[in-house]
Amino acid sequence: MKKVSLEMGSGGKLMRDFIAEKLLPTFSNSILNELHDSAFLPGDLAFTTDSYTVDPIFFPGGDIGTLCVNGTINDLVVSGARPEYLSLALIIEEGLEFELLEKILKSIKRTASLNSVRIVTGDTKVVPQGQGDKIFINTAGLGRILKKPRPEKIKPGDKLIVTGSIGEHGLAIMLARNDFRMFSGIKSDCAPLLFLLPLWEKGALWMRDITRGGLATVLSELTEKINYPLLVEEANIPMSSKLQGAVEILGIDPLYLACEGRALIVAPEDQAEHLLKIIKKHPLGKTAAIIGQVEDKIGKKGEALLRSISGGLRLLEPLTSELLPRIC
Amino acid sequence: MISKKSQTFALNNWRSRETVGKLLELIASRTRFLKTPVKIMEVCGTHTMTLHRFGLKPLLKQVGVEMISGPGCPVCITPDYFHEAIIDLITSQSNLIVCTFGDMTRVPTPKGALQTVVPKKGSKLQIVYSPEEALELARENPEKEIIFFGAGFETTIPGITFTAKKAFQEKLSNFSLLTAFWLIPPALEAIINSQELAISGFIYPGHVSVIIGEKPYSFVAQKYGLPGAIAGFEPADVLLGIASVVKQLKDNKPEVDNVYKRVVRPEGNTQALTLMSEMLEEVDADWRGLGVIPRSGLQLKPVYAQFDARRRYGLKLLPGKITASGCRCGDVIKGLISPQECPLFARVCQPDNPKGPCMVSYEGACLIEYKYSSGAKR
Repeated sequence: MKKVSLEMGSGGKLMRDFIAEKLLPTFSNSILNELHDSAFLPGDLAFTTDSYTVDPIFFPGGDIGTLCVNGTINDLVVSGARPEYLSLALIIEEGLEFELLEKILKSIKRTASLNSVRIVTGDTKVVPQGQGDKIFINTAGLGRILKKPRPEKIKPGDKLIVTGSIGEHGLAIMLARNDFRMFSGIKSDCAPLLFLLPLWEKGALWMRDITRGGLATVLSELTEKINYPLLVEEANIPMSSKLQGAVEILGIDPLYLACEGRALIVAPEDQAEHLLKIIKKHPLGKTAAIIGQVEDKIGKKGEALLRSISGGLRLLEPLTSELLPRIC
Repeated sequence: MISKKSQTFALNNWRSRETVGKLLELIASRTRFLKTPVKIMEVCGTHTMTLHRFGLKPLLKQVGVEMISGPGCPVCITPDYFHEAIIDLITSQSNLIVCTFGDMTRVPTPKGALQTVVPKKGSKLQIVYSPEEALELARENPEKEIIFFGAGFETTIPGITFTAKKAFQEKLSNFSLLTAFWLIPPALEAIINSQELAISGFIYPGHVSVIIGEKPYSFVAQKYGLPGAIAGFEPADVLLGIASVVKQLKDNKPEVDNVYKRVVRPEGNTQALTLMSEMLEEVDADWRGLGVIPRSGLQLKPVYAQFDARRRYGLKLLPGKITASGCRCGDVIKGLISPQECPLFARVCQPDNPKGPCMVSYEGACLIEYKYSSGAKR
């Protein structure tokens, strides 16, 4: 009997197969079929939803409360919409300490008001002990579209911008679980991407927040929306030296580590430097960089290529299975 | 030029385009005098990873060197029946905690994979990152029986064996090991003798060499006249090793070179070697793909039988059914075919639905090829 595996929710190939083979055929309609990070509704509205099951619920750099607000805000931002309203659904496991719940609610409140979004509807469920894990949260977000992404306008020479150093959320969570008994000082990059909104008016063609599956998976997804290959220079990908050290020890490819406050942006060739300047002015964008470009001389349609720091080329595949360290 | 960025991360100097470019030039200046392509086997899966991750294989091809992946992935060369034996045990006995590394749980066998079988009530599977964790579980759960299932080469053998020594010293009666311990030098000899491959030299595994040193490889040069170099795992390390092998070929002076001297001592790690000879004995071992190789495995000496799960539980480790029909992991391990030449590769056999161990292990040639090479795009 076929059973659901963890990988089906890891943001990798299995999840995309599940969406393509099961969800889309079942629910197919013109809005859903566009498959953006948000749905574009009549009346210039963008609508999105996301569930949060992070373990541990408190981690260096954030908690499930900051995550569930920022994550949904970011889905709207990268869809070209200004987030305005959120729903909040709590699924709480019986026995969760009230103090922890209050802390999470405070995080939610603070993050929402910092970003001028209002929580306007919600739901609370409590499940018996053992039938959940402390707390799961679902948020849905409604935003006003400023400008829709235009992947069809992407052409060779256009630049790929990453808005900050990658992989820190994924690694912070991995280490917070303490399976490796290792301390790195790395904090989650969990943050709202509202500061990217003005870029839509200034020519940005496409954005995607880099979450599960990491930068490699996002790049690989982008190749499905355009008719040209991508070429990324590994040496230009922003990464903190702390993270580089930690992933070397653990044998993890940082290109597959999740972020929660970073995005990949496609900018027209002649405006890329200008957009980069704007991003870098913001504290969350200080380490932003142009990491590569849309190609027509190297590779073929559908390929995301990486020129390694050593100069050799390799293909970036989407994440296929959960990350595990090598054994020897 | 060393960029500001690479100063912040020391390893980048071993990876930079400038360093790599110079080494490739050096290799080219030597292969000029040789019949190309020069075929060199990288024995270790981590070397395979370096070659793919940094895109070195096509660059090497341009300078007349073809790299062939060897048997250097312990998960890949462990036959199915080890997994089947532990699957039989965990599904039939209660009160067990079977500990192992992540990759080991995903190896597909005719009886399923450890990860997918349902343990008998009261027993469970636990993924660990170090054999010490299994030992800790044994201390914490005196009412449970803890088995650590570990496959490894000389690199990991001492670490795993050390847990049995600790258990012996602490008189822990609820801890045992199911070992699949493999020795690299006898496997090299088997590959050379199989004569199916025209290999001109070897890149010896750096981590294994940390333990065993330089001497165990000397027969390759002396008896078979083949060059080799012990190398580390950064691009510059591997290329230095290749540069050494092609120099030995050009000068017709085969030897065991060591270009990983910053880590590998000529005599190896004597403390680890002492522990191994104190607790383990050599046995004939059955390698996936290579078959039975005399004295190519290690197991606990009879005096430590209580820590040896195969004796303790009377496990039958006998060849059974062959893995999924068409799977050619055995030929990939021998270096006879590249993963792309296997009819299952990327079509039927994929990381999320592996048909053989080489697609499971992070050091497996097929998974590495799938992850990093354009051939994996369907």
